Amino acid sequence: MKDTDHTRPVPRAVNWNRLEDEIDLDVWNRLTVNFWLPEKVPLSNDIPGWSQLTPGEQTLTIRVFTGLTLLDTIQNTVGAPALMADAITPHEEAVLSNIAFMEAVHARSYSSVFSTLCQTAEVDEAFRWSAENEHLQAKSRLILDEYDAAASPLRRKVASVFLESFLFYSGFYLPMHWSSRARLTNTADLIRLIIRDEAIHGYYIGYKFQRGMERLPEAGRQEIKDFAFGLLFDLYEIEARYTEQLYDGLGLSEDVKHFLHYNANKALQNLGFEALFPEEACRVNPAIMAALSPNSDENHDFFSGSGSSYVIGKAVATEDDDWDF
Amino acid sequence: MGGLVYFSSASGNTARLVGRLGLPACRIPRRAGDPVPAITEPFVLICPTYADGYGRGAVPKQVIRFLNDPATRALLRGVIAGGNRNFGKLFALSGDVISARCNVPLLYRFELAGTGEDTTRIRAGLARFRAEEEDKTCLTQA
Repeated sequence: MKDTDHTRPVPRAVNWNRLEDEIDLDVWNRLTVNFWLPEKVPLSNDIPGWSQLTPGEQTLTIRVFTGLTLLDTIQNTVGAPALMADAITPHEEAVLSNIAFMEAVHARSYSSVFSTLCQTAEVDEAFRWSAENEHLQAKSRLILDEYDAAASPLRRKVASVFLESFLFYSGFYLPMHWSSRARLTNTADLIRLIIRDEAIHGYYIGYKFQRGMERLPEAGRQEIKDFAFGLLFDLYEIEARYTEQLYDGLGLSEDVKHFLHYNANKALQNLGFEALFPEEACRVNPAIMAALSPNSDENHDFFSGSGSSYVIGKAVATEDDDWDF
Repeated sequence: MGGLVYFSSASGNTARLVGRLGLPACRIPRRAGDPVPAITEPFVLICPTYADGYGRGAVPKQVIRFLNDPATRALLRGVIAGGNRNFGKLFALSGDVISARCNVPLLYRFELAGTGEDTTRIRAGLARFRAEEEDKTCLTQA
């Protein structure tokens, strides 16, 4: 056999019985159990509701979904694969391959909504719109530049968490808004599945980011933190313009911005950083919060309610056999 | 009434919330093999949520192990749960599970590392809750 120079080393075979980081297995298990396909959501039940939207509302909805499709496409084809190259453990690469595939499922699911509810011509027009929209292109460019910057795995993770935990929300707002008005509720169910997945993606990539930060000297950590807040400011500027362009017509822009602030703070928390936006700026319309998380009204909590009676949790069916009692 | 006991995974969100509370608190170790702290006084538990899409696995195994001890469980007075509203109905589910299993009130829920308002409310709520618990103890003893 001829002896040649190999640039690519043969990878280690992944042994899931020898973990270097138990979080890899925990997240793998969560993601695989949560696997879903758009076919499981009865989108056709939304056909009557779709016809009750005005033409302007329909166009807005299709445009918002093409914008979300673009972000999912970027994360599927560029973001998650770029992070795989930075993986510290072979199990992390496997988890990222799951994340990459689910992003493809998310991107595909918007087309399921389109084929169920919309005319081909108007969908094609919206994809053209998204390819030419300056704000959508600008935020994609900022993220892609970080994915392509060879030098910094941590900067790539920051960009990835901002995409997963912040940039999607100017789009997610709209189906939550329709859902709060009993419109397109099945589409909202599908979006909630995506929102759930993105939370785990943001958590996991943010967790790996924090492990990477621990290895840096103080000066290096400060540099990355400054970079992260700077990138968030830049992305927020674009998001604010994008939001106004989309939502001014419905008079919802300020409402959407509160949702953006709230999610930007959560993205920073995924990275282990403190919040940026003050709490007054993060008060999301309760109807949107209820659409996002149906049982999360604050009075559920003893501390927040009138305090007249204790709330004992209702029995929850858990199949966890670790409990002894 | 004694203090706070909490669990926080490697992401550190719950630990950051507890740090901001500025109250004495005891951490349940992350590693399965490490010794569980011995609890001798009534306490409130702060616990994050790790449920899958069906609600399974909401309570971290280390916390279950901690609560499996009857003497420890007898001292639990309430639970505060962390989570993420992205999980919809399952938001902070560990609080519901522990509350139902141990028959203690779910006192409060917060997201990720919580906000400044969360820490203010938890501090005030704990002070009020402790006062009420002490009143109950006095009545029992009287």
